[in-house]
Formats: sequence, structure tokens, C-alpha cells
Amino acid sequence: MRKTSRRRIKKKKRSNFFSEIKSVFSFKSTLLILFIFILPLLDRNAYHIDVLVTAGIFMLLALGLNVIVGSAGILNLGYAALFAIGAYTYALVNIHLHIPFWIGLWVSAFSAAFFGMILAFPAIRLTGDYIAMVTLGTGEIVRIMLNNLDPITGGPNGLLGIEHPTLWIYDFGVHSTPYYFLIFALLILIIFILKRIESSRLGRAWIALREDELAASCMGINPVWAKLSAFGIGGFIAGIAGSIFAAKQGTISPDSFDFVVSVTVLAMIVLGGLGKISGVITGALALSLLPELLRGFDLYRMLLFGLAMIIIMLFRPQGILGEHHQEEFKENLFERKTSQ
Amino acid sequence: MTARDVFIQQVTNGLTIGMIYALIALGYTIVYGIIQLINFAHGEVFMVGAYLSLFAFTLFSGFFSGTGGSIFFLVLIFLFAMLGTSLIGLMVERFAYRPLRGAPRLAPLITAIGVSFLLQNSVMLIFGPTDKSFPNLIETKKISFGAVTLTNLQILIAVVSLSLMIILHIFIKKTKTGKAMRALADDREAASLVGINTNRIISIAFLIGSALAGAGGVMFGMYYHTINFHDGYLAGLKAFTAAVFGGIGNIPGAMIGGLLLGILEGVSAGYLSSEWKNVFAFLILILILLFRPSGLLGSRVVKKV
Amino acid sequence: MKTEASLSKTPLLRIENVTKRFGGVTAVDGVSFSVDLHKIVGLIGPNGAGKTTLFNCITGLSAPEEGSIYFGDSEILLSRLDCHEIAAAGVARTFQTIRLFKYMSVIENVMVGAHSRTRTGILGSLLRPRWVELEEKKLVSRAHQLLHFFELDQKANEIARNLSYGHQRKLEIARALASQPKLLLLDEPAAGMNPKEKEELLDLIRSIRKNGVTILLIEHDMKVVMPISDYVVVLDYGKKIAEGKPKEIQHNPQVIEAYLGKGIESHA
Repeated sequence: MRKTSRRRIKKKKRSNFFSEIKSVFSFKSTLLILFIFILPLLDRNAYHIDVLVTAGIFMLLALGLNVIVGSAGILNLGYAALFAIGAYTYALVNIHLHIPFWIGLWVSAFSAAFFGMILAFPAIRLTGDYIAMVTLGTGEIVRIMLNNLDPITGGPNGLLGIEHPTLWIYDFGVHSTPYYFLIFALLILIIFILKRIESSRLGRAWIALREDELAASCMGINPVWAKLSAFGIGGFIAGIAGSIFAAKQGTISPDSFDFVVSVTVLAMIVLGGLGKISGVITGALALSLLPELLRGFDLYRMLLFGLAMIIIMLFRPQGILGEHHQEEFKENLFERKTSQ
Repeated sequence: MTARDVFIQQVTNGLTIGMIYALIALGYTIVYGIIQLINFAHGEVFMVGAYLSLFAFTLFSGFFSGTGGSIFFLVLIFLFAMLGTSLIGLMVERFAYRPLRGAPRLAPLITAIGVSFLLQNSVMLIFGPTDKSFPNLIETKKISFGAVTLTNLQILIAVVSLSLMIILHIFIKKTKTGKAMRALADDREAASLVGINTNRIISIAFLIGSALAGAGGVMFGMYYHTINFHDGYLAGLKAFTAAVFGGIGNIPGAMIGGLLLGILEGVSAGYLSSEWKNVFAFLILILILLFRPSGLLGSRVVKKV
Repeated sequence: MKTEASLSKTPLLRIENVTKRFGGVTAVDGVSFSVDLHKIVGLIGPNGAGKTTLFNCITGLSAPEEGSIYFGDSEILLSRLDCHEIAAAGVARTFQTIRLFKYMSVIENVMVGAHSRTRTGILGSLLRPRWVELEEKKLVSRAHQLLHFFELDQKANEIARNLSYGHQRKLEIARALASQPKLLLLDEPAAGMNPKEKEELLDLIRSIRKNGVTILLIEHDMKVVMPISDYVVVLDYGKKIAEGKPKEIQHNPQVIEAYLGKGIESHA
């Protein structure tokens, strides 16, 4: 009698697991996933794969920032700082303590999450604009410190000699392909987890907080808890992206983590469709590939970038794939979000 | 020279740059007081002012080869730069910010960042990415007051800045437009209900702020002798810090905040490298926002209870 | 039960000498009254009398300058707690201007309302173990039950802002009840409703009380407050000017004067 019931429970667990996956990934996305995995076999061009790897890292960053800005509604202009902390943490533990990548990944993720939560503290008490300036300031402070604490961070030259990941005897080396698979596998995992959060108590709390912090707190949602978790999870993802970035490059320097990076990631999620995971990914992909398509217009890149931001905000503020907030704008003609 | 003399000298030098910060800070505070927007692009307007004055110099230097017309030349350059920046401020408000007046905060902020990128990179493309040397518009003469040495340039900056600030003060307090601006800052809806043309007043606010920033840009170039398209970003951030320091939305606050920040920078110049100075400025910003967001003199903007 | 009787000696909510100032304005001035268990108490007074401000003080949105607010038999000092802690303690409210989460669905609004009664934390939301899934399922079914009670379950998946005004008001009450509160604060629940809807509202409030919830309500419409309240408290300019049974209040000259102004003959 017992044996059968245990087997039944096991069967139920397995079928539950599959139905969970099914609930998150539709048929279309499964096809897409298959396509992504076959792509390197079809397109042998190493340069293309490399571009996609960069795009993949930006997609990770976009997902992470989306948790903070899109889901929880907290403006963050200093996300590059968390990216940097992830990268430098891995670099430092790898160089000095010879910790391999697969452990270093976790270390940097947690350290970035931790710093993310420290950053959350100003956000708890301040309103939108001010949070923007505080996060901007912290982003800059981190970058300047990385640039000037030479004995630890190598200063403007950064850190060298970071090890590439190794899987048993296979060294990832400098070829893009293994990183491609690593990043996309992680992306799928993270998207899966984020989608599940969306339909969970935490996800609902974030959305409620974003829509109306006052009412949300009257419903029992602790804004501190919600904001800390958003920054923590957002930081965690940045840490993952940072360590992969460091591991692939082999060397890192503060230049890769400046304000432009923060704004770029922000632009990706805003232009792609704030809050929606599919929008965010699309935005990241589009903005990563765009400079490649505009190779000849390198000098004009930032200019066009700025222009694009202005134009999209004027004509489609909800982003390319975004949805509802369009009507919200017109409703709020005189009402400001901070008024009771 | 005693340590005290050095200190006073540093304070004096700090006051000079502080006046420039104050001018920029005024732009931030006036705009924020009325429409609660952090005009991210304001720092770039300041930078454009500096470049416009350089441009004016090259353009008109042919007409003023003698030293006789130098005051006139100076005034012309100031006017040229201030006119240019006012125009830019007006256009940015009209085409980038006004359509988003009702939008939640994120949208105009993104636009502002976009405008700042646009301005920065336009200048870079037109004038080149390297530092540009700014010519000596007036012959530097040094005057000593005891242990303190002032250049006539510093006196000029002080005079111009203070005059502009006084004019602004009179404008806000006494003129009808100034009163309208104050009304809008207090309660936008009520102001429009009593017949104030909101759009017009907001445009004027941007015009004034940008003109002041432009003047600051000219003097910045004159003082430091080199300008770079990156200067706007840094100066803008510091000026914003000054505005918040004095109480965002509070006009005297912005002036005092700018001067204080300048002094802080002047005093720390001997001890900190320029990068650490910036860290210092950012830290101050964060600390103020955390512990006294209403600033030194109190913010005039209604905050969430 | 004997305990029931002794419990009812301590009022559920005790407001003692609460004063709230905003700059130069004293919105609430030394107000004291109690709300007994399972009663419906009406809070009335002309506009600007300080009623909503008092609600804000009770729920933790405003901190009173003076006075104390006690809740429950253990007499928790509400004035020391944060908003969300007060909600968790069993105080729920609706708002004068509806503050639904407009872009969430109807059922999601209710589910958020139950936030303080569920335990899934950050790790739980990330990993989704068995017990979290179970809790989620229970939450959904309870939310459906609640919506059914309010006759809104047909619209469970509608976006909240698409609902009619009357339905939105009902949803707000449903959301408040999702936290299984001991005390429900209703801020002008009948505002904007037609007479038929107001009748339904009265029935609704009575059923809610039957389910063991104590109610304190702010309302301007006397046809709503008087029939339903066991007790009425009247505020004017921040001060309490009268309290008592509805019939007494209706004939109180001070109350009539407050509403109609001085110099008008008071006709009972």
C-alpha cells in the first residue's frame, strides 16, 4: 500500500514539474529556445556568436534591472555598479584565492546582491526623482573607487589574469561558443524563475508597491522587505552577469562599468517595454545589435541613442512591446504620484 | 603664508567656482520647483554655453582686433552664449518635455537623459572630442588684499554672477511673471485656474535657467581655460547637489548651496585629487537626500507625507 | 461563552486624545472615543472635519502629535506601529478616493489584500516548494469565495480599472476583507452610488458584521449611516462635538448647527 502511494506521489511531482514548465514556456518560446541552441551549429561565424554573447550579457542585466525598475517600480541609474561588483568580486577571488568560476559565480552573485540591498536603503525613504540621483551618485562612487583603489582594484588598468571557466577538462578559453551556451542556459533558468515570481506573493507585492505604495502598505506589504528583495534579486543577477563577463574577458577595468552602461541597460528595458520580460529581452537584443548594424556610424552611436530615447518617449512611452501605461499618462495630468 | 592664509585663499577660489555652480543650480531649482522634473540635460546646456562663447570668440574676433572694444566684445560673447542656451532650453522644453507633462516620472527622466546624450554628442561631433583651449578674453591682473590674491577675472565672475542673481531675485519678487512663477511652484492646478498661462511661464522658467547656465559656461571657460564636452555632466551633477543642498525649489537655497559647494571644493582641492573630490560631492548628495532631503533652507516643493 | 462576554468589555479600538497637526492646521484635535467589538460605528461631520485624517492616524499613514490609539484586548499601541504592521494586526481599510491596484486583475487585488495572512517569503517565491504551491491554491480559492460573496467572481480576471465605479468600490471592500480583519474602516463607501447600490451596500455591511468584523465608517449620506450604525461619533473642525445613538445625534442641535451653519432654525 505504501509503495504504491509513494510511487504515485513521485509521479505527481514529475507531472507537476512538467506542467509548471509548460505554464511558463509556451509552444512558441520552446521553438525559440531550440532555435537558440541550434544557432551556433548553423552559423559558424565566431564574430556573430561573440556579438550574441555580449547581447546575452546585456539581456541578463536587463532582466536584473527590470526587477528593480519594472517590477518594483524603483528608478535605478547606477546599475552598472552592481555589474562591476559582480565582475570585480569574481576577479578578486579568482586571482587571489584561486576560486574556480563555478563557485566564484555564486560568490559574486551574493556579493552583488548584498551591495544591492545596501543601495536599497536610500530607496526606502525617498521618492522617485531622488532615488534616481542617489543611485546615480552611488554608481559613480563605485566607479571612482574602482578607479582609484589601485592596490585592490588595479586602478585604471584594472585586473588581469582572470581564469576562464573550465568544465572538467574543457577550458572555455576565449572562444565565444561555450559562453554562448552558458549564458543562454542561465537566461532560460532566470526567466523561468522570474516568471514564477510574477505569479507569487512577492511578485504581486512588487506590482502593488509600484502602483500605489501607500495602499500597498495598508494591505500589509512591508515596503522595506519588498524593496530590499527587489534590489537583492536585481543585484544577484547583475553579479552573475558580472562574473561571466569577467571570466570571458580575462581582464576588467573600470571603463566597462560607467554611467553609459547604466543608462544603456535602462534604455533597453524602457524602450523594449518596461516590466514585461519579453519586452525587456527584446530591448536588450535590439540595442545590443544596433551598434553592430551601425558599424559605420560609430561616432554617431551615442547621438542616435539619445535621439532614439527622446523619440520613443514621445511616441510610445510604454516601449515597443509594453502595454498599459499609455492611458495612465493622460489620467495623471495634474495628479502627481507622490500626492496622497 | 600661514595655514590660515592658505585656507582663506582656498575659500576665495572656492567662492569663484561656487558662483558658477550657483548659477547652474538656479536653473535646476527653478525648473524643479515648477514642474518637479530633474532636468538632466541642464548640465549639458551649461557646457554648450561654454562652447558657444568659444564659437563667438572665433566668429567675432576679426572685428575686435584692438583692445579698445574688449568690454563690448565680452558683452557680445556673453549675450551670444546666453541667447544660444536660452534657445536650446526653450526648444528642449517645448519638444521633449512638454508633451510628457502628464506622464509618470520615468518618461521625462529618460527623455532628459536622451537630450543630455544628444547635446553632449552633438558638441563632440561638431567641435571634436579633445579639450579645447579657451582664449584669454581679458588680461589677467592680480590684486592682493593682504594674504589673499584675487585676479580681476575672479572679480568679474563675482560681479557678473551676483548681478545676475540680484536681477533674478528682483524679477521673481517684483514682476508679474515672477509672481506667476511662484504661484505655479506652489500649486500648478490653482495657478492655471486663475488664468495663468502655464505653458508660457514654464517656458520662461527654462529660458531663465538656461540663460544663467550659459553665463556660467562662459565664465567657466574663462576661468579654467580649457573646455571639454564632458564638463557638463560633472558640473551638472555638482550643481544639482548644490540645489538639493540648499533645498530644491528654493531659489536663495540654490545660490547658497552653490557657494558652499564651491567653498568645499576649494578647501579640499589641496588635499584630494579631482576624482576623490567628485566622490566627496556625490557622498554629500546622498547624505543630504537621506538625512535632510528638504535641504538647508527647506524645500518649497510639497513632499509626500 | 464567558470569555466572549469579558472580551467585549475592552473596546476593540480605543482612541484617546488624538491630535494631528499639519503645519498651522490642527486637523484632529483631542479626539477620544471607542469602538466596541462587533459594533458598527459611524463617524460623521462636515467636510474637512478631520475624519479621513483620523483614519490615517489609525492605520499608520499619519503619526498623531498627541494621544494614543489602542487596539484589541491586548491593547496594542497602534500609534507606534508601521502601516503594514497595523494591517497585520487586523485593521483593514478602504479609501475615500478609490485606491485599487488599477492594472492588476480583480482577483489579484483580492489576493494582495491577503498579503498579511500568507507567509510565502522571498525564498518561497523563488523556489516554489510544495507548501508554497498549496498556500497559493488556498489563496486563490479563498479569493474566489470572497469575490462570490460580493458577486464579482464573474469578473475575476478583469483588469480592475475596467470595472464600473460601483463594482470598484465593492472590490475595494473585498480586498480589505481578504486580510480577515477584526476592524474594517470604510471611508465613504457610498460615495457616488445610486440609491439601489446604497441599499445593497447596507446589506453588505450588515453581512460583514455578521461575519464577526467590527466596522467604523465615515459617510456623508445620513440615509446610509443612520440606519446601520449602532453608535455615531460627530466631528467638526477636528473636535468631537457629539456621540451617541443615531436617534440622539439626529436631534442634537450642535450637530445640526455644524452641518447647516449658525443662524438657521433647528427643526428636529
